[in-house]
Amino acid sequence: MAGAIVVIFLILVAILAPVLTRLFGHPIDEYHTDKIDPTLGTPIGRLGGISWDFLFGVEPQSGRDIFSRILYGAQTSLSVAFLSAFVSTILGSVFGLMAGFLGGWVDATISRVMDFLLAFPQLLFAIALLSVLPDELFGLGDRWSRVLVLVGVIGFFGWPYIGRIVRGQTLSLREREFVEASRSLGARSGRILFRELLPNLAAPILVYTTLIIPTNILTEAALSFLGVGIPPPNPSWGGMLSDAVTFYQIDPMYMIIPGGVIFLTVLAFNLFGDGLRDALDPKAR
Amino acid sequence: MLAYLIRRLINAVITLLVVTAVTFGIFFAIPKAIGSDPALLYIGKQSDPAAIAGISAKMGFDDPIVVQYGKFLKGIVAGRDYANGPDVTHCPAPCLGYSFATDQEVTPLLLEDLPVTLSLALGAAVLWVILGVATGVLSALRRGTFVDRAAMTTALAGVSLPIYFTGLLASAIFVYWLEWLPQGNYVPFTENPGEWFTSLILPWITLAFLFAATYARLTRANMLETLGEDYVRTARAKGLRERTVIGKHALRSGLTPLVTVFGLDLGALLGGAVLTESVFNLRGLGYQALTAIRQSDLPIILGVTLIAAFFIVFANLVVDLVYGWIDPRVRLA
Repeated sequence: MAGAIVVIFLILVAILAPVLTRLFGHPIDEYHTDKIDPTLGTPIGRLGGISWDFLFGVEPQSGRDIFSRILYGAQTSLSVAFLSAFVSTILGSVFGLMAGFLGGWVDATISRVMDFLLAFPQLLFAIALLSVLPDELFGLGDRWSRVLVLVGVIGFFGWPYIGRIVRGQTLSLREREFVEASRSLGARSGRILFRELLPNLAAPILVYTTLIIPTNILTEAALSFLGVGIPPPNPSWGGMLSDAVTFYQIDPMYMIIPGGVIFLTVLAFNLFGDGLRDALDPKAR
Repeated sequence: MLAYLIRRLINAVITLLVVTAVTFGIFFAIPKAIGSDPALLYIGKQSDPAAIAGISAKMGFDDPIVVQYGKFLKGIVAGRDYANGPDVTHCPAPCLGYSFATDQEVTPLLLEDLPVTLSLALGAAVLWVILGVATGVLSALRRGTFVDRAAMTTALAGVSLPIYFTGLLASAIFVYWLEWLPQGNYVPFTENPGEWFTSLILPWITLAFLFAATYARLTRANMLETLGEDYVRTARAKGLRERTVIGKHALRSGLTPLVTVFGLDLGALLGGAVLTESVFNLRGLGYQALTAIRQSDLPIILGVTLIAAFFIVFANLVVDLVYGWIDPRVRLA
């Protein structure tokens, strides 16, 4: 329950980021060098320069407003996480259903591909792939182009998790009487797949989709932390943490704020997913 | 059993072939398609055309991609000679080529990094298995009590914490503020076991915390399921002591599923713990890969990917073999 409230709050924050920034923050690219100690490069004032004017303090050196950068970071982080979960779910459901329902060589091929993808050094591969793919796509600007590329890469590596579960469930469901009844009434495979099996698979698909969202948030932040995610100066949580590496001994707040935000977001989504699973599948409690 | 083993080995080799082919394709074909020349990466941008052509011929960049892949595979098995007329360089098996950035042989470079990654992964694995399983079992046995709730809340927090944050936080606290641990880099075990230990203790704990949290949750769920089984009730009804019921009957089947997860996790880590190594400046395989990616050093990227995939495939194989032994219901055929 608490998880659900925080999740909704975060989604609203991400959507309203421009409005909230105008009300409580400063533009993300505005430099405030007057807030920076010129010799150390750290924010003036306690706790990384937190004040009523700068709710989360300012960045070392540039003096950019951390509060608005966190808000815009939420936009990128959540859109990557949701869209890639969506990609994984679609691919995983379609291939899982096909493998479980059709069996035979289709099942063998799809299962082999899933095993193969799970046996892949994924993070390494994602980093390498992201570093050779171009920064600009379809004239979207570097921020949303990168979001799109990240969605593709994270979504693609995530589908076998969903696919395996859907396949397993399909295997047990297809032997059930209602499928047999439908088949004896002359239903075609397509109808059995989408009208009989899919509705019964909705609950597990929903639960596992919810549970890969926090993983995706962590992956996106990790990739941005490693410098292959959202390119600077666009704000991203992982990117902020990576900048904080140089400053964490003298300005720990600059590390604690994005780290804490990632932690709370992932925790909320995990709580929400666990709650959803317990509600939809009381046996797993 | 032997037939099963042979079939699994053939499968493993095929998987490795596919992984290398895909990696090879992506890192040699995409740059080619977008017009960057590997010879330029190798020799540097300002070289004269004759030198570039020479390098291209010597390294075989002019060959079709399939031929290059074939030569790469041959290098792994039998070593290979790079030749451009009289200029011949021999690279002994298992040859993974030469680094574009430093012109060194890739194989010895990676072998140098392997002990760092091994130390990190194995040490952390010991910690997380003990910690995670103990917490999970305790939680399951004390279900619903304060201990259970506290442990599971911690575990949930643990799986939600990114390692690049906990790592920084831990070194900020223990190295810079409390000064309990020395600042410094990895020290090889053979050089000084004591310093090896202190240089790794923080990475171990950070990495183990993340995995321990996952394992505690898994163990608890498995144990609860097992404790609800009929045979556990039967064991209790026979009047066995609780310790025997738990220790001899419930634990065994409750922990079996963890073996699979453990094998995969360890296998994945042995190929390079990219994030942990990068946060703690440990120059292992993951760190090497990251540096290579930043410098577009294709042969090293390819080498690390291959080693990483090898560990994962190998771990899978070991898990399946061990499984038949710990779980007699699984027949290997």
